[in-house]
Amino acid sequence: MPLGYDLNWAVIAIMGFLGLSSVLGMFLISFLIAPKRKSEIKDAPYECGILPDSYNWSQINIRYYVFAILFLLFDIEAVFLFPWALIFVKAVPIVFYEMILFIAILFFGLIYAWKKGVLEWQ
Amino acid sequence: MSIADLFNYFSYVSGLFLSLTIIVLLLVWLERKVLARIQMRMGPMRVGFHGALQPIADAIKLISKEDILPAWADKLVYWFAPIVVFVPAFLLWVTIPFGKNMVIRSLDLGLFFIVAISVLSVLGLIMAGWGSANKYAVLGGLRAAGQLMSYEIPLIMAILTIAILSQSLNLVEIVDKQSQIPNIFIQPLGLVLFFIAGLAELGRTPFDIHHAESEVVGGPFVEYSGAHWSVFFLAEYINTFTISILTVLLFLGGWHWPNIPFSGNLQTILSVFVVLIKTILVVSVIFWIRATYPRLRIDQLMSFGWKMLIPMAFINVTITACIIYYDELPLWILPILSVILLILSAVIIQRKFSKNIINTVQVISAKSLLKEKSEVDIN
Repeated sequence: MPLGYDLNWAVIAIMGFLGLSSVLGMFLISFLIAPKRKSEIKDAPYECGILPDSYNWSQINIRYYVFAILFLLFDIEAVFLFPWALIFVKAVPIVFYEMILFIAILFFGLIYAWKKGVLEWQ
Repeated sequence: MSIADLFNYFSYVSGLFLSLTIIVLLLVWLERKVLARIQMRMGPMRVGFHGALQPIADAIKLISKEDILPAWADKLVYWFAPIVVFVPAFLLWVTIPFGKNMVIRSLDLGLFFIVAISVLSVLGLIMAGWGSANKYAVLGGLRAAGQLMSYEIPLIMAILTIAILSQSLNLVEIVDKQSQIPNIFIQPLGLVLFFIAGLAELGRTPFDIHHAESEVVGGPFVEYSGAHWSVFFLAEYINTFTISILTVLLFLGGWHWPNIPFSGNLQTILSVFVVLIKTILVVSVIFWIRATYPRLRIDQLMSFGWKMLIPMAFINVTITACIIYYDELPLWILPILSVILLILSAVIIQRKFSKNIINTVQVISAKSLLKEKSEVDIN
């Protein structure tokens, strides 16, 4: 294990703990000093003054799920690219050309999706 | 690792939290002042010197305000959403240096850590939108998901070009590589991509469609009030500061300034000031953009991200990698290519968007002509 590796994670844990506890502390202070007056009208969902009538989670058309799939591809690519970025200068030449080929394939994938009209807002 | 180490780090992290809080208060005041001056107003003037204590008054008001839990909400999801947004925004600061030797822990995978953690806050926004059980909030949450997803890729790619250029993911090393030439002169295109994508990640105008007040009345935050809302607010300003300081560290040379005088502790303090001044300048540009540009429509936003920024980011990564790989190519080709690409994209945007604007103007004038004609007919 490299030097200070466990300390890195310990510090991240301290950081997370402190962030979490400060937020919870803020909620606690607010819970102690803020007024609590329940009323049926106040607790209703806000819809610009009109009383909501239907069930709260109505059906919604998520238009960009194709974008989400594309994003997944590119994000995985990013995971591969980060280690590659640090070693390709020193590694054997095939490493460099392989990744350029990989980027090219994904890029043509993007152009294909574009030509297919996936990127248009319908 | 010993207990004393942990105690030390605990105090450092507490200090960091305190200074971040003060910076957020400062940013809130600065934003109101900058916006006011641009709109020929005075901004907050009453509380303290030129309204300097106004953010503190706001904070006290927010804490002591009733924290409403809507009756229809998914209580657990609603309650935890601000925490999921805030904790990643704060966690990023483990590895972001304030100045020379002023970093909590300089991770070797620093940039990767930042990219990985910063995505998490999207989840919080979707949770807030879904948990509120409000139609506007659900719409806003889904919009946030789509927007942050799309602009994540150019942001990562812009960061990647810097990683390739400096052959390191450690932020301190990246800044030290820029002691002679800041990356802005090597990678102008990268800076523009990073800044635009960063603005979109923050959800600031012109990319604020997911909490647009006039469309989805605040988006995921519609139902929030009091302490819960103020945590979202805190996270948003911390994120603004994070993107600005990352711009400074990655592109504007960090704490390097031609000939910082002195040495030792004094130099450290001076370097913090250099970073802070540069960061405040970048933040002011963000506020300036907010005061100047109108909001994009969601289809414009998506097509701008996918058809403009992402291809440009890809081309940028490939060019940078090629120039670093082939030793015989001189480095000055990179800025030239970068500037050519920038001008090319500016021309494309200008031609594409100005056509739309001219069309809109023509439609509006045709309508008004028709209206005048019909009024004449009636008369």
